[in-house]
This record gives sequence, C-alpha cells and structure tokens, in this order.
Amino acid sequence: MESAERDSSGASRGSLKTYITGFILSLVLTVIPFGLVMSGRVSWGVMIWGICGAGIVQIFVHLHYFLHLDTSSTARWNVMALVFTLLIMTIFVGGTVWVMYTLNSRMMW
Amino acid sequence: MTTDAKAVNWVYSGESEHADSMEIQTFGFWVYLMSDLVLFAALFVTFAVVGHNYAGGPSGKNLFHLPYLFAETMCLLVSSATYGLTMLAVHRLRKARVLLGLAVTFLLGLGFITMEVHEFYGMIVDGNGPGRSAFLSAFFTLVGTHGSHVSFGLIWMAVLMGQVGAKGLTRPVRSRLMRLSMFWHFLDIVWVGVFSVVYLMGVI
Repeated sequence: MESAERDSSGASRGSLKTYITGFILSLVLTVIPFGLVMSGRVSWGVMIWGICGAGIVQIFVHLHYFLHLDTSSTARWNVMALVFTLLIMTIFVGGTVWVMYTLNSRMMW
Repeated sequence: MTTDAKAVNWVYSGESEHADSMEIQTFGFWVYLMSDLVLFAALFVTFAVVGHNYAGGPSGKNLFHLPYLFAETMCLLVSSATYGLTMLAVHRLRKARVLLGLAVTFLLGLGFITMEVHEFYGMIVDGNGPGRSAFLSAFFTLVGTHGSHVSFGLIWMAVLMGQVGAKGLTRPVRSRLMRLSMFWHFLDIVWVGVFSVVYLMGVI
C-alpha cells in the first residue's frame, strides 16, 4: 500500500472527499449558467457575466479537484507549464480578437 | 534544479520502471496537454472571430437545444467524476472496481459522443452542415475536434480495460491509467469552455 501511494508522479492525489466536493461544485457551476440562460428572466449583461464567471471558476475547480494542481513542489512544473501556455494563449487570443474586432476602424483610412 | 538532476540520473541509470520515470512521463504528457490547449485556443479564437458570420443561415438561437446540451454536459461531467473514483481504486489496487469504474466512464463517454453525433447528423440533414456559413464551419471544427479527442479517449480506455483485464494493475498499466485520467479531465475542462462560449453565449 505504501509503495502504491508514492507512484505516478508523487503529485498530491484525490480522496473520495475531494472528488465528491469537486463534482458537487462543478454541478452547481454548470447549473448556474444553464439556469440563467434557460430561465430567460435576467438581463443580457447578467447572463454574460454569469456564464463567464461560472465557467472560469469551474475550470479552476476542475484543475484543483480533478487534476490536483496546487502549489506543492511536485505540481510546480505542471503549474509552470500551464502558466506559460496561458501567457502564449493570452497573447494570440487577445491579440487576434483585438486586431480582428477593430479591423473596421483600421481600414477606414 | 532538483528536477534537472533527477532527469539526468534517470537518463543514465536506464531504469525504465523507476518512480522518477513515471514522474517524467506524467510531466511529458502534461506538456502534450498544454500543446493541445493551444490548439483548442486557436479554434476558440477562430470561432470568436467568425462566429457571427451567419451568411443568411441559422444562428445558435435556431440550432441549439439547451436541455439536450445539458444532458450531454452531464454525461461528460459525471464521467469525469467516475474516472476520478476509478483512480482511487487504481491506487488501492482493486482490479474489479477499476474495471467497473472504467466501464461506467466508458458508457458515459459513449453517451456523450452519441448525443453529439446525433446533433451533428440532425444539423447536416437539415442543410446546416459546415459548408453553410463561417459560423457553422467554426462550430463544426471546434466541437468536432473536441468530439474526436473524446472518441480517441474512448478507444484508449477500451485498450486499457483490456490491459487491466489481461495484465492486472501493474506499474506500467497504472501509469497509463494515470495519463488517461489527465486526458479525460482535460477534455472536460475544454468542454466547459465549449458549452459556455459556443452554446450558452450562442443562444442569448
């Protein structure tokens, strides 16, 4: 048992409790945006912020409870790779959206 | 620095079954997942740029059925949780429970893919295939890429169920189950982005 606990990267791994906590949180964070949109009773702005907020929080819930990313030393390089990827993504996603959505005004000259 | 030193030791010791090799394999697979994340980001941003060019065709409001999508989402979310529980059984070396967990996860994943293919089929039959508009091209590319990842994950899962049955929970098999769990949870994270950005924002 002891040796089995140490293998597979040594990254901190879940217990029944963390998986259930993660699942319930994800469930709530999925129901919230679907509920906001399907009820149709809230304003457009509330829907957009609700969808974005719940989505971002749910991604962090998955990373923490299912992929076990944390600040421990074993998960450190995984977090570094993720942060670097997010930097690259920010540059080309943000850059593309910025350029393409302002194309109209740029082409006016 | 310690990780570099470990890597050097591992390379020269030639011990493929050493615990460090599993650590390196896990990290290597994580780097692959990050490159996959870049791929999905490129498809998401393509969708963001051309997703409103309907060419006189239908928009998300006409095409997407949210209760159906919610059921599809639940399939994938529950399968992610059941895979997590399967990994607990893997660490405790409970072979029968691992096989049961993988079977349940496989069926939920298959349910997700079946629902997605059914949705695609209905859209294409109605003349709203990927050639209809830029919006639909971007939609089919993004959602289809995610769906093909899930399909390959299912093939991988079927192979591992065979390996668990034939070889038992040996160290290499456990290591592969660990990497498939990362792949599976990763695909669920991408799906959170898909249902938020493509479907929910598409119907409001």
